[in-house]
Amino acid sequence: MDDATISHLLITFGVLAGLLLVAPGLIWLERRLLALWQDRYGPNRAGPFGLLVVLADTLKLFFKEDWIPPFADKKVFVLAPAIVVITVLLSFVVIPFAPGIIVADMNIGLLFFLAMSSMGAYSIILGGWSSNNKYALLGSMRGAAQLISYEVFMGLSLMGVVLMTGSFSLIDIVEAQRYQWFIVPQFLGFVIFLIAGIAETHRLPFDIPEAESELIAGFHSEYSGMKFGLFFVGEYIGIMLISSMVTVLFLGGWYGPSFLPPLAWFIIKMFGFIFFFILLRASLPRPRYDQLMEFGWKILLPLSLLNLVVTGGIILWMNTH
Amino acid sequence: MNITFIIASFVAVLATIMAITRYNLIHALLYLVISFLSIAIVFFVLGAPFVAALEIIVYAGAIVVLIIFVIMMLNLKEESVEQERIWFSRKVILGPSILSIVLLGELIYILLSHETTALTTQAVDAKSVGLSLYGPYIIGVELSGLLLMSGVVGAYHLGRQKKKVQHRFLENQTT
Repeated sequence: MDDATISHLLITFGVLAGLLLVAPGLIWLERRLLALWQDRYGPNRAGPFGLLVVLADTLKLFFKEDWIPPFADKKVFVLAPAIVVITVLLSFVVIPFAPGIIVADMNIGLLFFLAMSSMGAYSIILGGWSSNNKYALLGSMRGAAQLISYEVFMGLSLMGVVLMTGSFSLIDIVEAQRYQWFIVPQFLGFVIFLIAGIAETHRLPFDIPEAESELIAGFHSEYSGMKFGLFFVGEYIGIMLISSMVTVLFLGGWYGPSFLPPLAWFIIKMFGFIFFFILLRASLPRPRYDQLMEFGWKILLPLSLLNLVVTGGIILWMNTH
Repeated sequence: MNITFIIASFVAVLATIMAITRYNLIHALLYLVISFLSIAIVFFVLGAPFVAALEIIVYAGAIVVLIIFVIMMLNLKEESVEQERIWFSRKVILGPSILSIVLLGELIYILLSHETTALTTQAVDAKSVGLSLYGPYIIGVELSGLLLMSGVVGAYHLGRQKKKVQHRFLENQTT
């Protein structure tokens, strides 16, 4: 093997290992931060700062009984939790962490991300349907409607960035932000993308498919053991995915003052958004299901169309003058 | 001939056959999704990455999800599987399968007889797709827009409900 192949393999497995190591760590981070904001301690006993609770959690999930209900559709039931992890991990293929640190630079990178996030919807739908349980079915129907609707606004809000760059490649998008981050000219797109991203990862306050207080655990009521663990890990990698997409698209990716390496800037920005996601969970109540859909179709859709039209108009005007 | 193309097209044909022959509708739709994904790979190999991405986003990601959504609302159980089994008799599938076998034979013949033109290596990017959609093919875009509009109007009409009014003078009003 030549050097290029080896470095490419190193990057690929490095990204994979990094994601799979950080995702369980996020569970600890979330519990500690929630505890901080709610004025209590959180897990602080096992190991330094309670870090070993991650290990304990993982071991617990591994040793729990992996139960498939007799009334479930077995093949689909097993398939569903794998889909969410596969699609989210595949989305990371197109994300540039730093110059040269990217698994595959596709010229349709952004579209690939959208395609994978739309495939992720199957995990919720199939998980809820195959459980053959009314709470799971209700959760997955809510989830399907929510994910399909918010994908529309997500795609539309990104098109402003694509118009300003003239490319779907994420490397081109980052390099176009060398002097000015897109959060300034595309602030509306940024806000819509962030809201749609929270809805896509079905995190609080938009965790309507799983809504514990109404639907027990929604689409994954019947899951236990490591299958439940896959849904859990998929959700946390999804948070990292949306945070890195916001960083790449609106906050200039790896660009920052030169006293820190590019990768460090990327990670700092990404973790900033992860903290923001957790703060949202600590502070906001869950809206009702119809309120969420109404908010999407009556407010976010017109706003994102307006953003697209105004951006396109300004770019056309600037090109002709 | 590109090996990726051959594998993807083989998977597409196989998945489509499985999608037709499954009695359980959700299983059939899952095979349909696999068929769309492999067709997306075929597009990608043929040098149309933009169309490949749209194939996944629109067909596999949105349309099949909507179909599954409807099926979940109907909550079909064993009766429907039985119904499918009755409808899917040998007599019914004889005609379509003969025609498809003729087409499959032609496809295999084309693949084996190396008389085909080489795969186009020129990639079709998003810009040229957009230029041709809003240039020479604008009438097609407009017509499909009209079709979708009529669909929206029809769905609105079907979903509209008469409000129950207790007032004796307002009885015949609809909202």
